[in-house]
Amino acid sequence: MSAVALLAADVNVAQNVGFYIIAAMMIWGALRVVTTKNVVHAALWLVVVLGGIAAQYILAAAEFVAVSQVMVYIGAVMVLFLFGIMLTRATVGADTDLNNTGWFIGVPVALLLLGVLAYVSLDAVEDTVIVDQDEARIASTTTAISDAYLGEYLVPFLALSFVLLAAAIGAIVLARKD
Amino acid sequence: MYAANFLLLSAVLFSIGVFGVIARKNAVMVLMSIELILNSVNLNLIAFSLMNDDVDGNVFALFVIAVAAAEVGVGLAMVLMIYRNRRSIALDELSEMKG
Repeated sequence: MSAVALLAADVNVAQNVGFYIIAAMMIWGALRVVTTKNVVHAALWLVVVLGGIAAQYILAAAEFVAVSQVMVYIGAVMVLFLFGIMLTRATVGADTDLNNTGWFIGVPVALLLLGVLAYVSLDAVEDTVIVDQDEARIASTTTAISDAYLGEYLVPFLALSFVLLAAAIGAIVLARKD
Repeated sequence: MYAANFLLLSAVLFSIGVFGVIARKNAVMVLMSIELILNSVNLNLIAFSLMNDDVDGNVFALFVIAVAAAEVGVGLAMVLMIYRNRRSIALDELSEMKG
């Protein structure tokens, strides 16, 4: 994946440059989420990562999932997290007591996992290039998703609705004061 | 676009999330790290969907988004309950079930 390979005729250079810029922001944001000493800052860095993921979905021609990501994660989940931080009265400002005593064990575990995952991914796809999709195909993605949801995946879709209902009721029961 | 780009990015995010789950003591921070992990999996699903030119990956990604939303709701409710009972959400203090 050198600069020469990037300029090969079948690779979309603009898409790659966008990918790398967004990916660098996301990795920095993710590292800040797990290393920052301030809980509220961690939540705000998480917004950077989630927004970057939505941008990558658009690069990957999955705009319906990108919009869902923005609405569900940045809109709803982040508000839940901020309420959770607020209601558990986290220290405002730096908190020195956020990590376990054995936190450094996570470094080799994460590096080992990264090595295995990277090896397997590269072994599986090698230098496969994803061809650009034509616009008519991209424009019909949302139609195809709705066809899949209301056809092939109708029963899992209904089951998922019940999961969400059960989760909502469960959350109310758990958090209720009595 | 190389297929490996998406897969490597999501491997990096997954590893960072696993580090967060291991290293963090605050329960809300652990939930945030779990969100990182779930999002990296979603990115993989979307990349596979693009590689195979099939919409199934998008459908699975939406399923994962919905389940993750349910998980955060129940998880934060449990964290609030633990906080109300113990005035602390440090996970290493929850050791009653240790033998």
